[in-house]
Amino acid sequence: MASIWEYANPRKFLETSDRVLPGLALLAAILLVVGLVWGFFFTPDDYRQGSTVKIIYLHVPSALIAINGWLMMLVASLIWLIRRHHVSALAARAAAPVGATMTVIALLTGAIWGQPMWGTWWAWDPRLTSFLILFLFYLGYIALWAAIEDDDTAADLTSILCLVGSVFALLSRYAVNFWNQGLHQGASLSMDKADNVANVFYVPLLVCMAGFVMLFLALVLLRTQTEIRARRMRALLARERMS
Amino acid sequence: MIAVLIRDVQLALRAGGGFGLGLAFFLIVMALVPFSIGPDSALLSRIAPGVLWLGALLACLLSLDRILALDWEDGSLDLLATAPIPLEGLVSVKALAHWLTTALPLVLVTPVLGVLLSLPAQGYLWLVISLLVGTPALSVIGTFGAALTVGIKRGGLLLSLLVLPLYVPVLIFGADVARRGAEAQPVQVPLLLLGAITCGTVALLPFASAAVLRVNLR
Repeated sequence: MASIWEYANPRKFLETSDRVLPGLALLAAILLVVGLVWGFFFTPDDYRQGSTVKIIYLHVPSALIAINGWLMMLVASLIWLIRRHHVSALAARAAAPVGATMTVIALLTGAIWGQPMWGTWWAWDPRLTSFLILFLFYLGYIALWAAIEDDDTAADLTSILCLVGSVFALLSRYAVNFWNQGLHQGASLSMDKADNVANVFYVPLLVCMAGFVMLFLALVLLRTQTEIRARRMRALLARERMS
Repeated sequence: MIAVLIRDVQLALRAGGGFGLGLAFFLIVMALVPFSIGPDSALLSRIAPGVLWLGALLACLLSLDRILALDWEDGSLDLLATAPIPLEGLVSVKALAHWLTTALPLVLVTPVLGVLLSLPAQGYLWLVISLLVGTPALSVIGTFGAALTVGIKRGGLLLSLLVLPLYVPVLIFGADVARRGAEAQPVQVPLLLLGAITCGTVALLPFASAAVLRVNLR
């Protein structure tokens, strides 16, 4: 294996991802089953929050993926803009709906968690608001991909939208901090903090997060494969019409 | 570049340019606000700064697709792109023309609409200042959105979907300046941040718009 750029070759990418995918999917399934079952049934109830605390095993990992999914799209877009590898553009396209779904899951589980804890489904808290804005960015990105017919043009335009959107998403993130004080707690998983979640909750949470990461990778690989094959099919059809 | 600016402004001002549309929209929306939430002037004066900002933003949004779409349809955009002025300059001028013909009139009529919404007396100055500082960013961001969607038929709705999330920071700081002004609180911090956003977008976003336009024109 000489360099990572070999996978810019669609065939090489398909071969390798075909080999990796079953293992990855299995790993994701195992991690998720172990993590969720462990988290839901074998951790104690929190002394103040009761059993509602257990939704954390869906809420935190999905939020993690929602943010890092956008980050992955940003990197893939940059690679497309700089090195013009089609696989990269398609991977960004493939990640968008997954990321959007994760954003919805994070928002929904947050609402379900917030109802008993804060007494409200929704509050205009900075974190909640910036997640909603992130969701809008995902929607715009997906809509732009869907609206443009020419593939390369669409890849270029969405990549630039992703770059500009990233800057504005960050801006919004800090602007909403300024705009309203929060109800949401601070980060619970920093490296060096004493008020992280306790170990009983922490380990299954880590397992769940790993499971969600594997799930995200598997879904993105699968969707990228689909995109590559769909594009090949279109090319074949076009060639047949020409001859 | 000045010739392009004059041309764009003239095109917008003449019949069929839709010059008054944004203004009329702004007026109507502001007239509808009391209908939807009731004529209680205490409540109105409390929400007036935010509502005026939102109305101005939506009125700006309304005319965005005219920035480039007409030139795209009749082919003059291709000519302008091959002209010796850089494309970055062209989109900046287009944004400036949009600001002059859409945003500036909006800013000028806001005090009148402020009366309708019983804005507190100390709020007028800061409302106008915040709009003056913030609307250039709206025009520049809008030009970026227009450049993104110029090749798409009936891209108007998509344009709003793309541009509105980008408007969030400007709206937050702009409305905050206006609100603090109306409540006679110090406005310096949000005003500076709003100015920073405007300067940043005016300086950087034309490059993105030009890049997008090049993709669309090839």
